[in-house]
Amino acid sequence: MLKLEKRPQPSKAWVWLAPVVAVIATMIAGGALFALLGKDPLVAIRTIFWDPLFSEFAFFYRPQLLVKGAPLVLIAIGLSLGFRAGIWNIGAEGQYIVGALCGAGVGLAFYPMEGWFIFPLMVMAGALGGWAWAMIPAVLKVKFGTNEILVSLMLVYVAEQLLASMALGLMKNPEGFGFPGSRNLQQYPSAHNAELIAGSGMHWGVVAAMVAVIFAYVLMTRHILGFHIRLTGEAPRAARFAGVNPGRLVLICLGLAGALAGLAGMFEVSGPAGRVSIDFNVGYGFTAIIVAFLGRLHPLGILMAGLLMALTYIGGEIAQSRLGLPAAAIQMFQGMLLFFLLAVDVMTNYRLRLTWREVA
Amino acid sequence: MTAPVLSIKGLTKAYPGVVANSDVSFEVMKGEVHALLGENGAGKSTLVKMIYGLVKPDHGTMIFQGKAYAPAEPRAARAAGVAMVFQHFSLFDALNVAENIALGMEHPPRLADLAGRIREVSETYGLPLDPFRTVGDLSAGERQRVEIIRCLLQDPRLLIMDEPTSVLTPQEVEILFQTLRKLTAEGVAILYISHKLEEIRTLCDTATILRLGKKVATCTPADTTARALAEMMVGTVLHTPERSGRALGDVALELSGLSVRSPSAFGCSLKDISLEVRQGEVLGLGGVAGNGQDELLGALSGELRSGPDMVKMHGRAVGMLGPMERRRIGLLCAPEERLGHAAAPDMSLTENAMLTGSLRERLERRGFLDWGRARGFAEAIIQRFDVRTPGPGNAARSLSGGNLQKFVIGREVMQRPEVLVVNQPTWGVDASAAAAIRQALLDLAAGGTAVVVISQDLDELMEIADRFGALNEGRLSRIRPTSELNIEEIGLMMGGAHDMEVAHV
Repeated sequence: MLKLEKRPQPSKAWVWLAPVVAVIATMIAGGALFALLGKDPLVAIRTIFWDPLFSEFAFFYRPQLLVKGAPLVLIAIGLSLGFRAGIWNIGAEGQYIVGALCGAGVGLAFYPMEGWFIFPLMVMAGALGGWAWAMIPAVLKVKFGTNEILVSLMLVYVAEQLLASMALGLMKNPEGFGFPGSRNLQQYPSAHNAELIAGSGMHWGVVAAMVAVIFAYVLMTRHILGFHIRLTGEAPRAARFAGVNPGRLVLICLGLAGALAGLAGMFEVSGPAGRVSIDFNVGYGFTAIIVAFLGRLHPLGILMAGLLMALTYIGGEIAQSRLGLPAAAIQMFQGMLLFFLLAVDVMTNYRLRLTWREVA
Repeated sequence: MTAPVLSIKGLTKAYPGVVANSDVSFEVMKGEVHALLGENGAGKSTLVKMIYGLVKPDHGTMIFQGKAYAPAEPRAARAAGVAMVFQHFSLFDALNVAENIALGMEHPPRLADLAGRIREVSETYGLPLDPFRTVGDLSAGERQRVEIIRCLLQDPRLLIMDEPTSVLTPQEVEILFQTLRKLTAEGVAILYISHKLEEIRTLCDTATILRLGKKVATCTPADTTARALAEMMVGTVLHTPERSGRALGDVALELSGLSVRSPSAFGCSLKDISLEVRQGEVLGLGGVAGNGQDELLGALSGELRSGPDMVKMHGRAVGMLGPMERRRIGLLCAPEERLGHAAAPDMSLTENAMLTGSLRERLERRGFLDWGRARGFAEAIIQRFDVRTPGPGNAARSLSGGNLQKFVIGREVMQRPEVLVVNQPTWGVDASAAAAIRQALLDLAAGGTAVVVISQDLDELMEIADRFGALNEGRLSRIRPTSELNIEEIGLMMGGAHDMEVAHV
């Protein structure tokens, strides 16, 4: 008989082993799923995990790793701060959209003027927009005790409507022959988040993600605010006893997460995406939740998890075009990762014991 | 009185890394109150859990009423006639008494019938209880009655009671004892777990003493002294905390008209509490659990704010300050609940040292933490307070209750407080650790600190406090010097009858 037994303290090895086991389990279950869809599972897994990095066309895909990884890491870092404290911001997708709208809005407002100051202003506007969108659930929670999970999630749908309205109305390209969508910022040098090294995929968003990783690492391990965040997540009553003001922490965590998600949106709209369109958002804000947990809510873990998740995005696209796998199958594959991770996580606090029923 | 109801032979239970019980044998006779004595971690709980079917023994046999007995689960134990009253109640605050009792039954009768039976049992055994009152409104003593009646409805042959008197006033204890005597007269055997040695001497016919999982003695408690019992439990000679004569200084902490609403629906709001504590003085605050102790600690630690002038330190209004600012000026606290309030269970001792020590021990500089110093501070606490742990890197929850208590009290004591407030400093702590903690509090007072001890252990308060007051429904009784009080008067103060007593005089 299998039995779960609580460990006297959390296992350090399993904290880091769990993501690896989860990835392997996802590959097995995902392979079975692809087999059921009539595809060769080994080819499908190779296409997703191997081809983007080492195939003949890898030179084309490798930069994409940074382009897709940067927003995921940037958003996940912000989310992880709140998650550590038990503050569940599920609405990063909305903050990402509003950040993009604010950033693009500032850029478009200056068009066609050129100036070095335009891009920095857009960066600030993007961060502020995401921050402001996150402040709605934060203030409602602190003032009225509403549930931040519900409010932040519902605001995603509000943000999507706002995005559609902007793409069709206020921000529509006047020279766009009536098609929805804004001017392309890639063709507006002062507002373009261009590649810093041509062909590398490295843009300012990647730089911001790296800075965020380092900032979060220092905050969580060396600073009293990070300690209070962890303490609040582990033992809220002990945190209040230590002197943490829970309301202030909600504002800080949601605000930082919103600002980072807004930044991610702004770097995306002014760089790889180029313009505000109805289908601008592709779910980075939700995928970042998986990234945050897969990375153990640890900055360095998130960096690795973000790159891994970017890989499944790129590999998934290749698998779609080359093998004809449905997009939903790829999304399921990503979802499985979180599912297996949460399941394997039990091992951190419990150990399995094989016991034989004693003869009475 | 001659036939054993339960006989235990060679019970052994080992957990990974620790042997909880090793070859324990004893017999509980029909109609006797049998005490089970031992320090924390001596193996009392495990033993009782085996009898109640919660834990399966590795070796050994039990015979209950002449038959082999090996309950696979509590349900089997109850069916055989074993009932248990736990130290922590499992009652729903929002339901009434009868509903709570019905929830624990396998085939509950109609509520009206059940209420009738509850009345009947409660009258027979002198435990007055209205079946339709909401449990949230009941006192701790009344809640315990609910648990006892729940057991008695099963008509048990053996009743196990785990620390039943820790939540009762002396008068309530007397009522409980009468009930238990009535039960034994009917032939029910009672297995009685307690730390309170005087109580065991008055109530129990026999006592079995456990130490480190082994039985060390079976004796008749009335024939021996409390001190001898304690020394059998601990295995060494005990030191009584020493009080050196100290001169009282200025008033360090002053509460005037402190009123605070409890943040929880079933908590107890503080009403118009006034007191003064001088430097070098130990003030003891007694009272039955749930009469405002948690709230008072919260109002002093800064977790609950009050009007600025309601709390004063050396004459300075501090009622509006938060926990950090209060620590800065030397007002330190140690709450009752160790895991989750005084300490974060999954964090290491180093991190828990940081939890309250960051400011006064200068473990933090402009927001940045010095983990090396924090580790040093944790090590210093571990060393001075003899905390048994492999090292400061271990999680708080891996420590036994007594060891963690030594750590959290030590953490505050080592920060040289001006005023120290502790709630239940020795709750669930073994005798030798309790003595060490009390000595540390007295030493602190001798050094000029004003100490407030909130406790439900009256013996403890009588031993270390200079003056005594009791909390009752969030109000504070008149504070009187301990030397002029006896247990009877304290009981009246705890019951809230101090005004009547004054009226008599």
